[in-house]
Amino acid sequence: MNHVIDAFELLADPDAWGGPGGFGARTLEHLWYTALALLISAVIALPAGLVIGHTGRGRALAVISTGMVRALPTLGLITLAALFLGIGLTAPMIAFVVLAVPSIIAGAYAGVESVNPVTVDAAKAQGMSRWQVLTRVEIPLGLPLIIGGLRNAALQVVATATLAAYVGAGGLGRQLFLGLRTQDYAMMLAASIAVILLAIVLDASFEVTQRLLRRVPGLA
Amino acid sequence: MAWILDHLPRILELSLAHLLLAAPAIAAAFLVAVPIAWAANRVRPLREIVVSGTGLLYAVPSLPLFIVLPIILGTGVRDTLNVIVALTIFGLALMVRSAADALDSVDGGVRLASTAVGYSAALRFFTVELPLAGPALLAGLRVVSVSTISLVSVSAVLGVQSLGSLFTDGFERGIVPSIVAGIAFTAVLALLLDLLLVAAGRLTMPWVKGGRR
Repeated sequence: MNHVIDAFELLADPDAWGGPGGFGARTLEHLWYTALALLISAVIALPAGLVIGHTGRGRALAVISTGMVRALPTLGLITLAALFLGIGLTAPMIAFVVLAVPSIIAGAYAGVESVNPVTVDAAKAQGMSRWQVLTRVEIPLGLPLIIGGLRNAALQVVATATLAAYVGAGGLGRQLFLGLRTQDYAMMLAASIAVILLAIVLDASFEVTQRLLRRVPGLA
Repeated sequence: MAWILDHLPRILELSLAHLLLAAPAIAAAFLVAVPIAWAANRVRPLREIVVSGTGLLYAVPSLPLFIVLPIILGTGVRDTLNVIVALTIFGLALMVRSAADALDSVDGGVRLASTAVGYSAALRFFTVELPLAGPALLAGLRVVSVSTISLVSVSAVLGVQSLGSLFTDGFERGIVPSIVAGIAFTAVLALLLDLLLVAAGRLTMPWVKGGRR
């Protein structure tokens, strides 16, 4: 149990949090990676997923790509990208985006598809254009599932961002691998606890957002 | 390709190690998830708590879990048992929900009818509910199987031998074919296990015709 006490002492120590390589900076770095990866992925995946949901075309491709990414070992993807692109953030960022895009596409098309077709027909009958149907009916009503896709993607990226330190990127994985290489179990443990807490807080904040949205009138 | 052929014995050895980590975890996840799901369905107020609670486990990143778990288990970080338990936990996170939904999808009328003709609770579960929920349970198990096979590799950064070792070796020594072989053999292993599960499903549930889930 000594390691546990050491780990928590490390997490409670202000010195361990300060400085450019401290837990504070690494946590921010971890969050920054996650936010950036999520933003890039969303720019690519949201329009694609919404189009697939709206038109019903390309659905099979989206389903297959989601399944393939589930089978893809994240460590293999990161190390492969790192060998081609070198040490740094580009390689892990590509891996994050590859892992995040299918979840977001799946959430977006499932969200649009979940809207009652009768409601969509009614919107068309009112004289709405396709664009209006998408932005005023399908997106607002499908929002919980669309955000659910972003939630899955965010969790995937937070977990993978820990591995990114293996190929030379920053984030909380740095502390974890530092502990691993110097046989410092307390350090590994402290970093692991920090990553787990970060993931759970992130997941919980998505849950709260989804619940709050449900209360907004006009949204599903 | 030449690299892969030259190192085939090593790759096959690692594939076996990979399978020996993944298969017990997949089996354990299934065997633990079904009773949990059954109990959660019986005690209705607990259902949502149990199902969401185990689902939350999936939010825990894998590498940190591999490191935290030894405190609870009293094993070392590099113990295979440690890796298997961690993989079982991830399997449970997926399987409890799909098992609860699968058992729940059994028609209430069928359940009442079997009770009416004199089935005990245990006999009804094993001879009526389980077979009827079978196809949906199998669908859940296939998802668990694929994701477990791909998760195993992460343990390689801790020094546990699996196909993931091809990623760490390949990265440290700059051998691209090693990483490509690791990805390819992981996919092949996932596919083989999936086919095996489908075949087992056909064998144990011959009444399910192809095309229907």
